[in-house]
Amino acid sequence: MVTTTPSGSSAPKTNRIGLTLADYKGAPSTLCDGCGHDAITAQIIKACYEVGMDPHMVAKLSGIGCSSKTPAYFLSQSHGFNAVHGRMPSVATGVSMANKQLHLLAVSGDGDTASIGLGQFCHIVRRNVPMVYIVENNGVYGLTKGQFSATAEKGAKAKSGVLNELQSIDLCSLAIELGCGFVGRSFAGDPKQLMALMKAAMSHNGTAVLDVISPCVTFNNHEGSTKSYKYAKEHEIPLHELGYVSFFEQITVDYEPGSVQEVQLHDGSRITLKKLEHDFDPTNRAKAIETIHKANEEKQFLTGLLYIDEQKSSFTDVMDIIDEPLATLPESKTRPPKAALDKIMAELM
Amino acid sequence: MKTLAAESAQQTEQGKIINDFSIQVATVNGSGSQSSNNVLMRSIFQMGIPVSGKNLFPSNIAGLPTWFTIRVNKDGWIARKKEIDILVAMNPQTGVEDVKSLRTNAICISPVEMNLDKVRSDVRHYLVPFGQLAAETTDNIKLRKLLTNMIYVGVVAELLEIEQEEIEKAIRKQFEGKAKVVDLNLGAANKGRQWAKENLKKEDPYYVERLNKTAGKIIIDGNAAAALGCMFAGATVVTWYPITPSSSLCETLADYMEEYRVDKETGKATYAIIQAEDELAALGMALGAGWAGARSMTSTSGPGISLMAEFTGLGYFAEIPTVVFDIQRVGPSTGMPTRTAQADLMSTYQLSHGDTKHIVLLPGSVAECYEMAMDAFNLAERFQTPVFVLSDLDLGMNNWMSDPFQYPTQPIDRGKVLDADELAKLGKFERYRDVDGDGIPYRTLPGTKSPIAAYFTRGSGHNEKAAYTERPEDYVNLMDRLNKKYQTARKYVPKPETHMSKDAKIGVIAFGSSHPAMMEAIEELKNANTPVSYIRVRALPFTEELRQFVEKHDRVYVVEQNRDAQMRDLIRMEMPEHTMKLRSVLHYDGLPLDARSVTDGILEQER
Repeated sequence: MVTTTPSGSSAPKTNRIGLTLADYKGAPSTLCDGCGHDAITAQIIKACYEVGMDPHMVAKLSGIGCSSKTPAYFLSQSHGFNAVHGRMPSVATGVSMANKQLHLLAVSGDGDTASIGLGQFCHIVRRNVPMVYIVENNGVYGLTKGQFSATAEKGAKAKSGVLNELQSIDLCSLAIELGCGFVGRSFAGDPKQLMALMKAAMSHNGTAVLDVISPCVTFNNHEGSTKSYKYAKEHEIPLHELGYVSFFEQITVDYEPGSVQEVQLHDGSRITLKKLEHDFDPTNRAKAIETIHKANEEKQFLTGLLYIDEQKSSFTDVMDIIDEPLATLPESKTRPPKAALDKIMAELM
Repeated sequence: MKTLAAESAQQTEQGKIINDFSIQVATVNGSGSQSSNNVLMRSIFQMGIPVSGKNLFPSNIAGLPTWFTIRVNKDGWIARKKEIDILVAMNPQTGVEDVKSLRTNAICISPVEMNLDKVRSDVRHYLVPFGQLAAETTDNIKLRKLLTNMIYVGVVAELLEIEQEEIEKAIRKQFEGKAKVVDLNLGAANKGRQWAKENLKKEDPYYVERLNKTAGKIIIDGNAAAALGCMFAGATVVTWYPITPSSSLCETLADYMEEYRVDKETGKATYAIIQAEDELAALGMALGAGWAGARSMTSTSGPGISLMAEFTGLGYFAEIPTVVFDIQRVGPSTGMPTRTAQADLMSTYQLSHGDTKHIVLLPGSVAECYEMAMDAFNLAERFQTPVFVLSDLDLGMNNWMSDPFQYPTQPIDRGKVLDADELAKLGKFERYRDVDGDGIPYRTLPGTKSPIAAYFTRGSGHNEKAAYTERPEDYVNLMDRLNKKYQTARKYVPKPETHMSKDAKIGVIAFGSSHPAMMEAIEELKNANTPVSYIRVRALPFTEELRQFVEKHDRVYVVEQNRDAQMRDLIRMEMPEHTMKLRSVLHYDGLPLDARSVTDGILEQER
């Protein structure tokens, strides 16, 4: 920690809790140069810094794969848990029960979530465990050298030239179908939109799923790939222009009437959706699924906030657990008195 | 003992066998016979006579054969008895086979229309018009089937001379708070008793007589006992997936927690219980919770243990505390889900891939299910690792007589956890460094307000600072420290229980639910001029006492309920120099162990 600063002007900028951007960084990335995941990591660092996330109250979670390595590359002052392949959601559920005051920030990949981990993904969404669940989606397995994952589009060409003959799983429409209250899709190459979605996800009470197309520069960035930088840039159609206003910022923004939809988030922050060509309302569940299906049929890459419902109860609300973390409850609250045992024994005689 | 033996002989002379017999009730599952059998067992218990009950049931909800065995024994032997003395044959599907399995002069109580007296003439029959009696008890046809079961309770009570007021008391307890149901059942039991009194001539030697050997005792099953242990251990996160014979552990725990673990000030729960989507998730949740600082647990049986293998390796390697109960059933695969075994020992001990070995506790009574649940949580947090408690269906699901459980005398041990103040004093924290030389590092919990508290938990190679590594020396260092930690555990796990016989050349080793049969077998062996010393292993890793026991004896029999002599092999791995003196007595037909099988098994090899 720097204690002497020669002049005020060179002191690093700090956020609302007095931390610098550097305080949110992690170990250097060991991913390939240009990997989409690193771009997402940079946005996570910036988003946490800007919203003033308290690092010691964050639990970073991931499964196995390239994407799941990334929690080591951000928030070095937060505890992290790199679990087993496809099973991060169960670990996150346990962490959430043990300490409901923690902010859960999870990173997974398309293999980790849509293939080996599809069951656990469905169940964490069903339970609505409060967390940000980012899927860094590149359609291939990077660590094992380029096999297709379940999110690879039908007709996509692998680096080896093999065509994918099977239909893909759309994690966003699936999440909405399962009752998820916050579903967004974005692109590693669209930092502004991604930033607004991430901040809003952190303000949501429940599972917030962000499916972020994150090109694999080594195994899936070639001609014929449907998850390359080039393909995503050419096909991206933002549903709206997203903005985020924190609860601690007293900003009022003037919009042309009818041009912007605002949604109040759980913590008092707001997400603003400025209309573009599409007339899309992310609070309409059926319409959201229909829009995604139509875009998939027309091979459009729609991004933005696909669905939001801020009224849903989270897993923590439903469990009705004591306010203090279960993890640190004293013995006086966790071991019933001798009288309780005596009563039980008498009943068994 | 001499006095008892003399008494016993005298009783036989008079033609009476008092307080020493077994009853088997054959019924159809889903017919409500469980309540009747409980009433029968409880009324004998209330007369101060040691009694045990074992339910042999199918993996089915209704319509398949089920047998309930009650053993009455004045000397307190409560293991299964191999021979049936009194059969209550209520199931037409199995009646012929049931009566054929009886020894000569055994007793058979059956509905007159089953004509079982035509099947065996060397068995003493009591033929009862159950159908007619049920019809006289109620007009409700649906109820008749249920009440028929209470009618046989009345018949048996009259024949054995079970005191009427104890029958009534047991019925009231069984249907507590349901006055109408109590009346109906009392009526049925009385109907049976009255009919037997007027129509049956006692032709058998079996009687109960009031003793004073159950005063102050409780009756409980092992799963409920373990649940109580978990509650008093201060468990805070409970995850589970339904599986026989484990489900009742977490279900009972949920009931107890709802009553005793609600915060007085806020009315909110001081625990979380969740039914997971499968056993993989159940252990994943338990590990996530353990990592974040909860006292977490899950409970399962063999197939669930198999699914938990991957996560167990993570828990072992990343050093995360949690408690896993395995209520063993017969495998492999689905096996016989409602039969008992001790065949998960080896696979659980080394569960997961790579070099892994775990702390495994082996309760041998319902009281130990309770106590070892508390030990398990303390050991899990002390050693920062998954701890397994291996119970089984016999222990877990059957009712056992026990002394009341003792309130814990030691405070909860949360192990080596550093908080923000301690971290500030130390100024430095390395998650996987062996600071104390016992192989156990210090850990911190997420949420600790300190800039040096955080670390990254991973199932991949890591160094003392928890950073990723593939360096050979880092890996060796880590694996050797994990082994050192395991060696430290030897001094902390429950020690074996020994029953030494002076100058005995033969030693016997057993564990878990085998214990009641073992104690009876030792007595039988003594009477057969083959005195043995007995040691009951209560945990893995083994402790020094086991080695000394094996060294002390010329021949050592390992009695266990599996085919492959798993415990014997584990002992051989531990002390290869004694390989030749270790022998086996194996019992793996899915039925609870009985003393006769042990005695015969040893005597055959001693001949």
